[in-house]
Amino acid sequence: MQPANLLLLTLVLAVVAYGLGYARSRSLAMPLGGIRHLKSLPFYYGARAALWSGIPALIVLALWAAFQGKVIQLIVIGGLPEGMIPASEGEASLLLSKISNVASGALSPAFAEAPIAEAAERLKALRSQSQFLMSALVIAVAVLAGFLGWLRIRPRLNARAQVESILKWLFFSCAALAILTTVGIIFSVALETFRFFEKVPFSEFFFGSQWSPQTALRADQVAAEGAFGMIPLFTGTLLISAIAMVVAVPVGLLSAIYLSEYANKTVRGVVKPLLEMLAGIPTVVYGFFAALTVAPFISDLAASLGIEASSQSALAAGAVMGIMIIPFVSSLSDDVINAVPQAMRDGSLALGATQSETMKKVIFPAALPGIMGGILLAVSRAIGETMIVVMAAGLAANLTANPLETVTTVTVQIVTLLTGDQEFDSAKTLAAFALGAMLFLATLLLNVIALKIVRKYREQYD
Amino acid sequence: MNSINPTITGEASQPEGAAIPVQEEKPAETIIEEGKTVGKPFSGDPKFKLRDVDVFYGDTRAIKKISLDISRNEVIAFIGPSGCGKSTFLRCLNRMNDSIDICRVKGSLQLDDHDIYDPKRDVVELRARVGMVFQKPNPFPKSIYDNVAYGPRIHGLANRKSDLDEIVENSLRKAGLWEEAKDRLDATATGMSGGQQQRLCIARAIAVSPEVILMDEPCSALDPIATAKVEELIAEMSESYTIVIVTHSMQQAARVSHRTAYFHLGHLVEVNETNKVFTSPEHELTESYITGRFG
Repeated sequence: MQPANLLLLTLVLAVVAYGLGYARSRSLAMPLGGIRHLKSLPFYYGARAALWSGIPALIVLALWAAFQGKVIQLIVIGGLPEGMIPASEGEASLLLSKISNVASGALSPAFAEAPIAEAAERLKALRSQSQFLMSALVIAVAVLAGFLGWLRIRPRLNARAQVESILKWLFFSCAALAILTTVGIIFSVALETFRFFEKVPFSEFFFGSQWSPQTALRADQVAAEGAFGMIPLFTGTLLISAIAMVVAVPVGLLSAIYLSEYANKTVRGVVKPLLEMLAGIPTVVYGFFAALTVAPFISDLAASLGIEASSQSALAAGAVMGIMIIPFVSSLSDDVINAVPQAMRDGSLALGATQSETMKKVIFPAALPGIMGGILLAVSRAIGETMIVVMAAGLAANLTANPLETVTTVTVQIVTLLTGDQEFDSAKTLAAFALGAMLFLATLLLNVIALKIVRKYREQYD
Repeated sequence: MNSINPTITGEASQPEGAAIPVQEEKPAETIIEEGKTVGKPFSGDPKFKLRDVDVFYGDTRAIKKISLDISRNEVIAFIGPSGCGKSTFLRCLNRMNDSIDICRVKGSLQLDDHDIYDPKRDVVELRARVGMVFQKPNPFPKSIYDNVAYGPRIHGLANRKSDLDEIVENSLRKAGLWEEAKDRLDATATGMSGGQQQRLCIARAIAVSPEVILMDEPCSALDPIATAKVEELIAEMSESYTIVIVTHSMQQAARVSHRTAYFHLGHLVEVNETNKVFTSPEHELTESYITGRFG
């Protein structure tokens, strides 16, 4: 049976166990005078039986599915004749893919050597055996454990407490899964970053002002030496993010103030969702808006003023990105401003302050930490944004502070480094991981700062 | 109307609480006549002259045709069961209801013969003259000094730093807070105790030299000792300010006020000298309330 079908079957068995457990608890309760004589509600006995049946079976299923491939490979390789046992890991994987191609019929056995054809037969047999064994084991575990769980139902059994604690672990494992994923990503990025630094010295990466990652693929190829200075990329990122923030912070903040302090309910009900819709537009749409509308407009405008401007510019990308992140700033600031107690407003207004004086002198300072948190979140969004920059700011790694020139950002370079056919151990590809690690550190730092500020803010009103 | 409820005449010897009978069945609405207030609601040359005031929240009529005079330098207490409209009415006196979109005020409200709700009226100037202290102490999360200096700075009351220092010191002195606060004027106000915070809010209100101070249950969030201090302060302040205080504590009303106004379901039922209200109320609802039959 296929693992997916087996999963379904396990769930069906769990449901059956639920029904039987429910029924048994009721039938045990009736002679005693009703379910009030049970320690827990029948639902909990049913749920307990279902969990008893389902969880061990699912664990067995998961473990089997995870390890069967590797075990079968080892058996197949081990069964090869003396002379064919592969010397290196690379050879082994080549050999295995050949064997599995033959087994699946993609490669005719006539074209393969006899031992390989034999191994392919063995692979097929092992696979079907494994699947049969897995099905049998999972079903047996589900039925047996479910039966045990059902058998142990007693009126005195505190099924409710057991179900609660199992649920607690279930929730915990979901939370742990998210954390483990993050840790896994960090590990893989860190590992590749170390490999990158084996090829390129630290000093070049951190202090080099040249970025041209084209290296020769083969020894005889004519190509640039390759330069891996991250400074132009980070200055590009900073330039574009700064322009985006210059657009987003004032507009977002002032519209948040308008929405929370001045707008009446109807206006707020219409404007707020509309503003938040800006965040829902796909970035690629912003990208072509920036590339096809804003960038030419800026370069024409600059030309008419007699300033030289490139057709792709940091200004175009930054301005459009700023529009995109307005809702991050406005929505979060709006929440924070609303969270300032009405008593503060009343206190200020009752002293004869106007609305704008109240805003400026009482509400804004009180909400400032929260607003800062929102702005930092918007900054991390701006730093991570890629599509708009690819389309509107270009790919040339210029070390410049002129917003009318074309620049590129860290994320854009990661994309260009990894798209297309790549060797996975060249400095060029590994550079992407190093850049990713730097970017991750930068945004992590920003998030930590944002969290700290938010925590500080919380202490003020609790 | 007689001070003794006619329905229980002759049963006066019965112990309290046992004789609730008939009276409770009569709905309050039928006992109250709209726009009619027993006692002495009017006075000559009042500070506030309020006539036929109606307040609506959307379609709900929260205040029903109330007329009242508030004299200069008197302390008047508003009492009544929760939801009777006393806070709403209080907030009309400095237009703090303005910030509630659905709130509408009708009738004539005059402060020193000038209409409070005149559309051309400068609310800023009105609120500078009519200060307010709220139920929960609401100091700004700034320093003690900045809290008190907030109003004077907004209204440009001080030209020099030394003037401002003087205003702050005087206000804190009047609020009885100077001795406790003088060494930590730069400390943040939210670190003070509840009672100190409330006195700071009073100092903050005094700092703009208002003529009237409205107090909306100023002691309901305070412990008895802090309450006693604030009450003492109210007694002192009555020499120089007109004070309108909303309170849930009848003892407090009895201790601090000259006149007491009893509100019920949006009506102003009775206004009279405080000792009169508490010793021989004229209206049966007032009597029921102060004897603790409801509220």
